[in-house]
Amino acid sequence: MTFLEFNFWAFAILSVVAATLCVTRRNAVSSALWLVVTLFAIAALFVMLDAQFIAVLQVLVYAGAIMVLFLFVIMLLNIGRTGPGDLKGLFGAGVAVALATGLLFLLSRVTNAAPPEAIRLPPGAAAAAQAEQGLIAVVARPLFEAYLIPFEITSVLLLAAAVGAVVLAKRRL
Amino acid sequence: MFLGPALAVSVVLFAIGVAGVLLRRNAIVIFMCVELMLNAANLAFVAFAQQLGVGGQIFVLFVMAVAAAEAAVGLAIIIAIYRHTQSVDLSQINLLKG
Amino acid sequence: MDWVWLVPALPLAGFLLNGTLALARPTAKRAVTVIGVGVLVLAFIVAVGVVRALAAAHPEAPVVFRYWEWIPVGALRVDYALQVDQLSAVMLLVVTGVGALIHIFSVGYMGEDEGYARYFAYLNLFVFFMLTLVLGASFPVLFVGWEGVGLCSYLLIGFWFSEQANADAGKKAFIMNRIGDAGFLAAMFLIFRYTGTLDFAPVFAQAPTAFASGGPVITAITLFLFLGCTGKSAQIPLYTWLPDAMAGPTPVSALIHAATMVTAGVYLVARTNLLFALAPLSSAVVAGVGALTALFAATIALKQWDIKKVLAYSTVSQLGYMFLGVGTGGGAMAAGIFHLTTHAFFKALLFLGSGSVIHAMHHAYHATHAHSDAQDMRNMGGLKAYLPWTAALMWIATLAIAGIPPFSGFFSKDGILAAAFARGGSAPIWYLFWGFGALAALLTAFYMTRMMLYTFHGPNRTGAKEQDHLHEAPWVMTGPLVILGILAAAGGLLNVPALVGGGAWLEHWLAPVTHAGAALVPAAELSHGAEWTLIIVAVAIAVAGMMAAWRLLSPESLVPAAQAQPETGFAKVLYRKWYVDEIYNAAIVRPIQWLSRTILWKVVDTGVIDGAGVNGSAVVSRALGWVGSQLQTGNVGFYVVIFVAGVIAVLYGMVR
Repeated sequence: MTFLEFNFWAFAILSVVAATLCVTRRNAVSSALWLVVTLFAIAALFVMLDAQFIAVLQVLVYAGAIMVLFLFVIMLLNIGRTGPGDLKGLFGAGVAVALATGLLFLLSRVTNAAPPEAIRLPPGAAAAAQAEQGLIAVVARPLFEAYLIPFEITSVLLLAAAVGAVVLAKRRL
Repeated sequence: MFLGPALAVSVVLFAIGVAGVLLRRNAIVIFMCVELMLNAANLAFVAFAQQLGVGGQIFVLFVMAVAAAEAAVGLAIIIAIYRHTQSVDLSQINLLKG
Repeated sequence: MDWVWLVPALPLAGFLLNGTLALARPTAKRAVTVIGVGVLVLAFIVAVGVVRALAAAHPEAPVVFRYWEWIPVGALRVDYALQVDQLSAVMLLVVTGVGALIHIFSVGYMGEDEGYARYFAYLNLFVFFMLTLVLGASFPVLFVGWEGVGLCSYLLIGFWFSEQANADAGKKAFIMNRIGDAGFLAAMFLIFRYTGTLDFAPVFAQAPTAFASGGPVITAITLFLFLGCTGKSAQIPLYTWLPDAMAGPTPVSALIHAATMVTAGVYLVARTNLLFALAPLSSAVVAGVGALTALFAATIALKQWDIKKVLAYSTVSQLGYMFLGVGTGGGAMAAGIFHLTTHAFFKALLFLGSGSVIHAMHHAYHATHAHSDAQDMRNMGGLKAYLPWTAALMWIATLAIAGIPPFSGFFSKDGILAAAFARGGSAPIWYLFWGFGALAALLTAFYMTRMMLYTFHGPNRTGAKEQDHLHEAPWVMTGPLVILGILAAAGGLLNVPALVGGGAWLEHWLAPVTHAGAALVPAAELSHGAEWTLIIVAVAIAVAGMMAAWRLLSPESLVPAAQAQPETGFAKVLYRKWYVDEIYNAAIVRPIQWLSRTILWKVVDTGVIDGAGVNGSAVVSRALGWVGSQLQTGNVGFYVVIFVAGVIAVLYGMVR
């Protein structure tokens, strides 16, 4: 077991545990904070998968902006206190666990297959590209060349979302 | 390199997210579990990007952007519902019953 | 001969015009008379022309005129086609000739009736259907006429429908006819199945090869056809509607239930004589049922008091003779048709004459505001002083029907009986049939003389005040009687047998139609001595019957119907028609009504169809709807669970 592998498994287990805790906390703020931990762990996994830029973006955008928004809303609506149990009763829990287990089982069967040889890149190609162009350029160049149009559309989408959020949350239209 | 294990983690996280959506009654917490599911998918994309090209990472970028937009609008809706019914408990919001 | 289509078209036009007048202007009696009688007279003239053209052309096979394609379905092809041959020529002249005379009589008889226009409309329609029947070139076209005359019979029997009894009689006639029609249809299905066609000419051409002689198929076909005949021509077991049909106006009884409609069955057997010749068992059944009916109906007529009922049972009996004739086959086929023709003459004369009598009795009772039965013979008597012409002409008809030479009935009846006796040489049962026929002849002479005696002779029982109002019918009614009287007297000339030096003209005329069948029937010849013996026996029977009636019956001992004692003993059985109607009611009608009411209505209709079918499907729909509505909880959490379950299901299907 190399250092890299040990790290990987450590952060993997951390993410799973944190996710489980996030799902089962009574307090909404606790759930949010444990989700932040999960996101950090996933960012670490990203780094180990040669996606460093994406990892940074994960921390900045996801953990930094989106989760902050969540916490803002929780605070605004004043549901941060430990309230009466909002987890469903025993029967509901049983159904939820059963369905989740079933889904887990099926998805693991799906992901067992290896990607076909025809589209696989030679091993180490990702790292080589990164060494050649730099970490950010490897992602940025295709983004502004091949995927320019989805990029522009996404910007419009964000504009629409911003306008929508403002309108929906107004006290008086 | 870590494709197998990464995919396994992704699947487990996704299942935990689904369990969360089915378990909780608080609308905001359900939303957070949905974000968890999105992250599991992101992890899978990135794992494959190592072997199949950088398009996976770019897609993760877009997923994050869309998730941000969706979170903003969804939370705005939850605020509007809270103003109406003074609660974010999903079992209290059943005007569509019948 | 190309004008043959005009013969049925004229009465049809008459029906349409008179029908319109009946609906729009029922009081336009003169127009109705001109149209109604005019179309019949014209039709008769055209028919004479057609027959003359036929006689000049001497065809060996029927001349068929196709007008349009009616039923082209799969292998079946039926056209609306009329055929002219020697047999249809005879029927054509009888229907249009006797029909025209009866139409003229009706002008006087129905002159004061409110439904005058409706009456003539129906009568014209009837003649149209009857002509379609006799001119049809295929079984379906004949069947159209067959059903149509049944319909018109119903309409005319129930003409005065405001009386429940009349409407019931109409229904009884129609329903019993339908039973026979089911047999006719079954026969048609079988014929099509085995020959692939329903036109007369191809069927008769294929018959000797398509059917094994005496085999079960041809026997079934002919027996089914005969079932239709028993319904239409009132033979055992479907004869009970005919006496009830006397509820209709008397000219209707004369035309439909004496001269034409009831003879349709005889015509059918004569038309299909080749098929019956191929099935000796069926021919024997036809002859046997005919002979038995002749005897049976004659016994009932002995004790009837209503003058029209006597004539009705007499008709049933004479129809039995006709079937005995066509059932015997060979030369007797022509004898049966001959008797059909002479019977049309003298029976129409008898009915129309009784119409005159009833007309006079009605007038008398109407004038004195009495309510006695105008048709009961116990209320009549001595009428020859008041209706001399009617009496004399009815005596001519009585002599004809009794079989006294040289009147027409003698020649026709003797022809049938002689042929039956001759056939006995090869099949002894025909001696029994001859015996029935002879006994029936004795009874016929007896009851006809009885009728004349009680009606026209002896003291008058109508009442002193009514006698002043009894008078002879107007000439519009008596004129046709005279013409029929001449025909009844001289009609024998149509077919004088070779034995007495005649040319057997009708038999030779019908030979092209009957020879194919006659060839298959065992030849039966009587020696001259035997023939003369039979003639003498027949005449002796007739004379004995008449004399017995004259001696044994005493009209002086009768009292008017209102004061008469009810019948007792064996006389009661005969008067009540051997209780056949009561037996049918108990054995057939009541069980069917019970079945309909208790099982078909209460169980099937209300329970199964209404309950399970209609209401049940509504209940099921509601239940399904309720099940569906249980999914609409309005709870988002529940919806998500369903959603995830669906995703799992889809994934499972893809991963397999």
